Amino acid sequence: MSFTAKITISLKEGMLDPEARAIRHALSNLGFETESLSAARVFFITMDVPGAGDARKKAEEMCERLLANPVIHSYEIEVQG
Amino acid sequence: MRFAVLQFGGSNCDHDAYHVVHDVCGVDCDLIWYKEGITREYDAVILPGGFSYGDYLRAGAIATRTPVMQDVLRHADAGRLVLGICNGAQIGAESGLIPGVFTTNAYPKFICEWVHLRVENATSPFTSQYRMGEVIRIPIAHKEGRYVVPPGVGRQLLDEGRVAFRFCNEEGECTPESNPNGSALNITGVLGDKGNVLVMMPHPERAAEQILGSADGRRLFASMISHIENQ
Repeated sequence: MSFTAKITISLKEGMLDPEARAIRHALSNLGFETESLSAARVFFITMDVPGAGDARKKAEEMCERLLANPVIHSYEIEVQG
Repeated sequence: MRFAVLQFGGSNCDHDAYHVVHDVCGVDCDLIWYKEGITREYDAVILPGGFSYGDYLRAGAIATRTPVMQDVLRHADAGRLVLGICNGAQIGAESGLIPGVFTTNAYPKFICEWVHLRVENATSPFTSQYRMGEVIRIPIAHKEGRYVVPPGVGRQLLDEGRVAFRFCNEEGECTPESNPNGSALNITGVLGDKGNVLVMMPHPERAAEQILGSADGRRLFASMISHIENQ
């Protein structure tokens, strides 16, 4: 069966995010006052696996081995059938 | 004695490293395209600077997962020398040769400038030709060079003598102002746990001849050569 894992990679809480800071600054230049801004990266990965649990397990392994760097990143996985 | 310089798609300091090893230091050196793999024993392998795979995902992340890196890990496990410069440092960190990661500079722009480095370990295979505490001048050129480690690890690396170089001012003081990219404790050159791996964001190969403005980087290569000769 085909399942799609939506993987969101974010910087861990408290990590400096210079790009987010620059984007927030640019929004402020446009007149948007914001309290905070964080950015994340999202991957949509479709796999042919027997069940949703298998898709999640594979997605976790992808995060651990490539998509995230455990020193600075955390990740969330949602599996859609 | 023979060095190897690996070439990935997007490496662009490979020939500079080759030039310093072969032409300046007079040591045999092979340029190796990553798909060829490392097929013989080398005394030292250099992971050069550049933008392998366009820095996609994270700088060094894709190159780290190419099969040739298994050859590099085997070479390092055997106690032979690995030097990772700039993009090579990012690959070294992604490969787990040292703890931590090099990520986006605190001020997120590309910085290309001369910096001062303080030698924090003058006994490693890469730094024996320097004096402890000596201030040297070498350029940096990166956007993702801010060294980040889990809490406490930077201090531990310093205590264990695994920090080779820290950003400093001309007087050798490691101040926030002399830290161009916001690296933890100004650290920018880190040794592997057995001392036979060095990864560093600054470019010693760009400062190996006086005509280029500094020859301080040459002693790093001379240290490696002397280490290999004395083995």
